[in-house]
Amino acid sequence: MKHAFTFLIGVTVSAGALPALAQSGNLDLPKSIVAGSAFSIQSTSSAQGVLYIVGPGQVLKRDVQPGQPITIAAGDLDCAGHYLAVLTSGSSTETGEFDVVPGSQPATLSFLAKPSRLPVGLQSGISGAVYIFDAFQNLITAPTPVSFQLSIPSEATQSRTVVSRQGAAWTDMNSGSKDGNAKFVAQAGDVSATRVIQQVPGDPCGLKMSAKKVGEQIQLETDPLRDCSGNAVTDGTIVTFTESWNGGQTTVDVPLKHGIAQAEVPAYNGARISVATGVVMGNEIRWANQ
Amino acid sequence: MIRPLVILLAAFAASGAFGADQASVQIEPTTLQGPRPLAKETATAVVRDYLEAWQSLSAALEQNRTDLLNQDFVGTAKDKFAETIEEQQKLGIRTRYQERSHDIRIIFYSPEGLSVELEDNIAYDVQLLDHNKVQTTQLVRARYVAVLTPAEVRWRVRVLQADSN
Repeated sequence: MKHAFTFLIGVTVSAGALPALAQSGNLDLPKSIVAGSAFSIQSTSSAQGVLYIVGPGQVLKRDVQPGQPITIAAGDLDCAGHYLAVLTSGSSTETGEFDVVPGSQPATLSFLAKPSRLPVGLQSGISGAVYIFDAFQNLITAPTPVSFQLSIPSEATQSRTVVSRQGAAWTDMNSGSKDGNAKFVAQAGDVSATRVIQQVPGDPCGLKMSAKKVGEQIQLETDPLRDCSGNAVTDGTIVTFTESWNGGQTTVDVPLKHGIAQAEVPAYNGARISVATGVVMGNEIRWANQ
Repeated sequence: MIRPLVILLAAFAASGAFGADQASVQIEPTTLQGPRPLAKETATAVVRDYLEAWQSLSAALEQNRTDLLNQDFVGTAKDKFAETIEEQQKLGIRTRYQERSHDIRIIFYSPEGLSVELEDNIAYDVQLLDHNKVQTTQLVRARYVAVLTPAEVRWRVRVLQADSN
C-alpha cells in the first residue's frame, strides 16, 4: 500500500464477539460481531483520521487519534446487517466489510395465532407462526427451537417443537372437544408469548323438537341443542321452524335461548312442521287437531 | 410447497443518483415452508413492493428524509432506518445505495397469510459522502432477509436485514 498515511488496524473484541479475522478490502476486520457487543480497533497510525461504519440499519463515525484504539462501546452497534468500514486520513482511504449478527438469545417473539375463535373438533384448525428477535429487535436467523403448546381445560396438552428457519417457525394444532378458552403458547429460549383461542361448540348433533297445542296455537320446542362432543350449542344460534299446510307455509326463525328454541305457529290440521339450524335438519311432525 | 420453476428476469430503474444503470432482478422458484399456497398474484405483488421498498430506502438514505420510508416500511424496519437517517443528519453524512442486482426467493408464507419472508442475494454500490464530499464508493454483495406484511393496498417491509447465516 502506498498511501501518505498508513494505518495498521488490529482488532480486539472485548465482549461476546467472534474475532474470526477475514481480509476484506484493505482493512483487517472481524468477519462478524455479535450485535451490541463492545469491540475496539487498535490503530498504530501516526496521523489523525476518521472511521466510518456504514450500513442501511446503522451508521457510526469515529475520530481516529494516532496510536489510540477506536472503541465501539457495548450497544453502539446493535443492528444486525452487513457493514462497510471506511477509514480515511488525508488522501488515504481504506475499506473493509463485516457482518453484525443477531444475538443467539431470543428476547421477543412475534406470534401470530389464528383464528381467535373456532369450533371444537377441527383437525389442524389452529395455526401459529412466530418470528424470533434478539434484544435489539434483530431477526434471529440461526436455527432456533421453538415449542408450541395448546392447553385446553380438561384435555391433554398438545405440544410440538419446531426448529426455526430464517427466523420463522410455524405449526398447526387441532381444536379440542370441549368448548372454552384454550391457551396457545409459543416459547423460544426463556421467552414466550401466549394467545387465547376461544373454542366454541360445533354444529348441533341430533336436532329434535316436540309440539303441543296451546289454545289455537301449536307450541314448538327443541330439546337442548348439543354438538357431537356434547357441548351446549351457543345461545343465539338461529333455529328455523317451518310449517306447511294446503300449499301455505309459515317460517319462524328464533335464536337459541338457554340451549333451546321455542316458537308458536297456527294449529292447522294436517300441517307438516320441520325444524333446522344451519345445515342440520331435525325431525318432522305431522299435526292433527284433536 | 415447491412451485413450478418460474424464472423471471426483469429490470427496473434504480433511483440512485450516481448512476443510471438498471438493476437486474431474478426471481428464483419459491421454496415455501408453511401450509399456505402462495398465489402467483400475491408473489408478484410481494416482489414488486419489496423492490419499491429498496428504491424508497435508497432515496431516503441519500436525501436524509425519513418521510420517504412511510409508504414502504413499517415497524422495526422503519424505526431502524429512520434512526440511521437521523444519525446521518447529525454526523453530516449521506449514503447512496445503487442496486445492481437482486436474486430473490420467497421462503415463507405464514399460515394465516399475514406475513411473507424472502431472501435476496443482492449486489449494490455504496457511496459514502461526508458533508457532500465523496469518501468512497464500494461494491457490496450481501444476502438479505426481509419480512413483509400486508397493509391496505400493498405489502410493507417489516424486517430487512443482511444475514450471514
